[in-house]
This record gives sequence, structure tokens and C-alpha cells, in this order.
Amino acid sequence: MITLTNRAKPVDRKPMTFIESIYLWNIFKGMMITLKHFFRKKVTLQYPEQTRPFSPVFRGVQILNRDEEGRERCTACGLCALACPAEAITMEAAERMPGEETLYREEKYAAKYEINMLRCIFCGFCEEACPKDAIYLSETFAPSAYNRQNFIYNKQDLLIPDPETQPEQFAEAKGLREKSKKNNN
Amino acid sequence: MADQENFKVTIDNITTEVPAGTTILNAARQIGGDIAPPAMCYYSKLQNSGGKCRTCLVEVSKGSDKDSRPMPKLVASCRTTVMDGMEVKNITSPKVIEARAGVVEMLLINHPLDCPVCDQAGECDLQDLSFNHGKGGTRYEFERRTFEKHTLGNHIQLHMTRCILCYRCVFAADQLTNTRQHGILDRGDHSQIETYIEKNLDNDFIGNVIDVCPVGALTDRTFRFKNRVWFTKPVDAHRNCPKCCGEVRLWMRGDEVFRITARKDEWGEIRNASDGKMGWICNECRFEKKDTNDWVVENTTKVNRQSVIASNKYIGAIKPPEFMEEVMDGVKQRYMLDIHNVSEVNEPEIRLDLIEGPAHSENFEIADEKREEKELQ
Repeated sequence: MITLTNRAKPVDRKPMTFIESIYLWNIFKGMMITLKHFFRKKVTLQYPEQTRPFSPVFRGVQILNRDEEGRERCTACGLCALACPAEAITMEAAERMPGEETLYREEKYAAKYEINMLRCIFCGFCEEACPKDAIYLSETFAPSAYNRQNFIYNKQDLLIPDPETQPEQFAEAKGLREKSKKNNN
Repeated sequence: MADQENFKVTIDNITTEVPAGTTILNAARQIGGDIAPPAMCYYSKLQNSGGKCRTCLVEVSKGSDKDSRPMPKLVASCRTTVMDGMEVKNITSPKVIEARAGVVEMLLINHPLDCPVCDQAGECDLQDLSFNHGKGGTRYEFERRTFEKHTLGNHIQLHMTRCILCYRCVFAADQLTNTRQHGILDRGDHSQIETYIEKNLDNDFIGNVIDVCPVGALTDRTFRFKNRVWFTKPVDAHRNCPKCCGEVRLWMRGDEVFRITARKDEWGEIRNASDGKMGWICNECRFEKKDTNDWVVENTTKVNRQSVIASNKYIGAIKPPEFMEEVMDGVKQRYMLDIHNVSEVNEPEIRLDLIEGPAHSENFEIADEKREEKELQ
């Protein structure tokens, strides 16, 4: 027979000896391997008490960012929607009125902003396209839900809490981030 | 001129014959393609336009057959007429490419680069120019010249900060309307497009200044912030208008007409109407007929595939037939999720096309209230 690699071994077809035929020795050998694994480091995690650290480039659910003064950064330029290969993002813009300068950073802002999480593929193109640093992919999963309606995220779902008017929620969100950072290290 | 022979001119090694008196730019445009120099201020439909922005600079490497010396400096091709046997270098000349990058940098010195906010983004000549011919950065370190934005009349929004002083709107107002009410005031760094003093521009054809503006300095207030240009779908339509040719382009979202402009050709200039006259449109057509019932829709506008406006438009796509009803013995398909029931974008409660100016938070609040009432019922 011509072999390709010279590594092929012919099958041993000798009849088993007495010790081999009672199998005890082989069972004992197998159980020793099992016993060895008892004392090894565990590879499983006790989710949800423990979580596995995400890689620093993990692309999770989107957030809409605010600037240092708590104003919305998004100016509804539509570049995220244009870049989106899944066509998950839609928006409607409005003009900022006098007196709304503390709410919105630019003269135009997104009055409606929606991401269809059923369509989103978490590619991160929206984050890359954004000229205003307004949209980021965070380090968390999009939570699961029982019906499809809950996967249409509107602007209120996506915006981070305002540090001025919602300090508690902001501190909580920041704490979560610190925690996840600690897990990473 | 009639007895004069055609002149032979070679642009980027392509030889063509044009009548005497043709400018280099127009000769290049006849050849077409990449060798046509870009133009920001020259507008073939407006007399005396051109010669201001210097983006159309070309190198003349041979003056003519009779005098074969090259021209000493780069010349503005929109203002220089061809000579017999002239040889011109445009994209084949590194000198021209470098000079053009410099011109772009110069034009962008005072430009605010607020493209994410600007309504012209996507069809802006300056955007295309700086993308194709400009450099990545700027060396300008000083404060940019700023002006207050304000409105010229009910329909025209002026952002003077974005203006590149091409004078196209001035020529348009001069040549289309009886009295020009706006012009360029002051000199040098202070020069600005202005009416004197705070007048409304209300001539019947003044809306065309929006179309001739190469940047976002003059924009349509009825379209302001309604949608991005590339998300609206351009459609050619016409109506019987006593004042103008009535041949326009509708920019639509679904059945809503967001914006109406004149039809433009490949050079970004207004095309001639089917009767051979210039295709300027009147203010009534442009601003007041935001309803598909007013128009006879001809066909979908063909958009250059390289243009951002062509994105997300599936022209010629074949939709597979729905066979579920047939297979299921007439039982209609039930969607697990109808996005229109959930989504708050493009709601029937808020008709952006019917709002006069830009939408404000109050418009959306009214729509929210209406929707809540509906849900309670």
C-alpha cells in the first residue's frame, strides 16, 4: 500500500489478553483522568453572579452620548443611518429653538432617533461614521425581551442619563462601567 | 464669427474642435469626464459669471500654433478662450493639482465645516471639490469669520458663514428678476451677501438663487432640517405653470414632497426645459406646491451611482412575488411586527412636508399628544 505521509499505523487486530478483556485497568485509567480534572482550575463561570470580561473592542448596545454640559451631541446628520448596512437606524431632525441651548449642542438636533435592534448587526459602522462623537457601542449586551416591539429603541432608551438633571442614574451608570472595567483588569 | 473656422484644442492629450470664442472650460466639458475642470463660481447659464474662485485653473503648455510659447502662469479656464492648436494640461499637470489643492484650502479658510448640520450636504459643490481635490488638513490657526444667520424672506435661509462669494446669486438675481434686492456689501474679509437694509427677497424667480448657490449659504427654508438630501427620493415631475416652465424635480419621502428644485445636469447646473428655454422655476412651483396632486410625475431621476444620493435606493430591484396567500389557501400573511405601529419616525400625526419652516420641538410635542390620545381610545 502506498501511503501519503508514512504516519499511518496499521490497526492492531491481535486478540485481547486476559487483563485487557476484563477492562478494569482501562476503566481505572479513565477515572484517574476524571479525578485529575477535579483539582484543575474551573473553566466555567457562575453566570449571572460572575461575568466574563469583555474584550476592549467589544461592540454592544448603542448609546447616545452627551457633552460635558449634558447637552445631546447628536445633530441628526444621518451619517450613521447612511453607514448602517442593515438599515436599522432612522431619525427625524428639528431646529433648536431659543431657550433650548442647554438641551442640544447644535442648532439642529434629533427629535426622533430609533434603532431597530432586530436589524442591528453590531458592526460599529455608526460609531465610526459619527462626526459628532454622539453614538457609541457600549460594553453591554442588548437585553432580551419577550416581544418584538421592545426591540425598537427610541432616543430615550439610548441616551445616557444627564449628569445635571439625573445625577443618581448617571452615577449608577458610571458605577456599572467602573465595575465592568474592574472585571476586565 | 460665422466665417471663422473651428479651433483645434488639445486638453490632456485629447484633441477636439470647438468654435472660436469657446472657453477652455467649455471645450473640456464637451469632451467630458474627469478632464473637465471643477468650477465653483462659473455657471454657464449666467452671463458674466466665473473668474472668481480659481478652482478651474489649468496649465496652457502651448499657446497656439502661431505662438507656441506656454502661458507663464496657470489660467482660469472659465475665462480663457481657446486658440487654434492650443495645448492644455489639466489633470496631467502636477502644477495644476497642487494649485487646486491650495485653492480648496483657501476657500475653506472661513468655511465652518458644519456639514452635519447643513442642508446642502450631499449635493454640495464645495464638499465634492474638497473631497476630490483638497488636502486632509488646514494650516489656518486663526478664528474664522462669522456672521449671524438670518432669513431673506419667508423661504430663503442665509448662512453667510458658509458663503464663498462666488457671486452666482447676484448674477441670478440680476438676470432673472427685474430688480435685484441683494448684493455683496463691504469689502475684503468683511464682504457679505446682504439686502440693504433687511429686505425680503420676494421676487417671483428669486428662489433660483438656492439652486445656483454652490454651497449651503442659501438654502430652502421649507426644506430646512426636514431630512437629509440622500434619504429623499428625487422624482422628475411637471405642471402647467403660467409663470415658468413648470418642469421640476421633487424630493420625496414616501408620498410627502419635502423639497422642489429645478432639474440639474451633470455639471450641477440647471438644465434646459423641454422647450429649449432655461429651466428656471418660479417661487410658486418651488415653495407652495408641496403636494403630489399638483404634479404630473414623469419618472424617477437617474442619479449618478457615485453620488451619495444614489445610496439606499434600489432602482431596478425585483421584489419576489408573495406566494404565502396562495399556499395557505387565501389566509393572509400576518406580520410578527409591523414597524409602523411601533416606530415614532414618519408618523401620520406629524406631516413634515406641511410644516412651513423647519420643525421644532413643539411640532413633535403636538404629535406625541395626538398619539397618546389615540392609544387611550
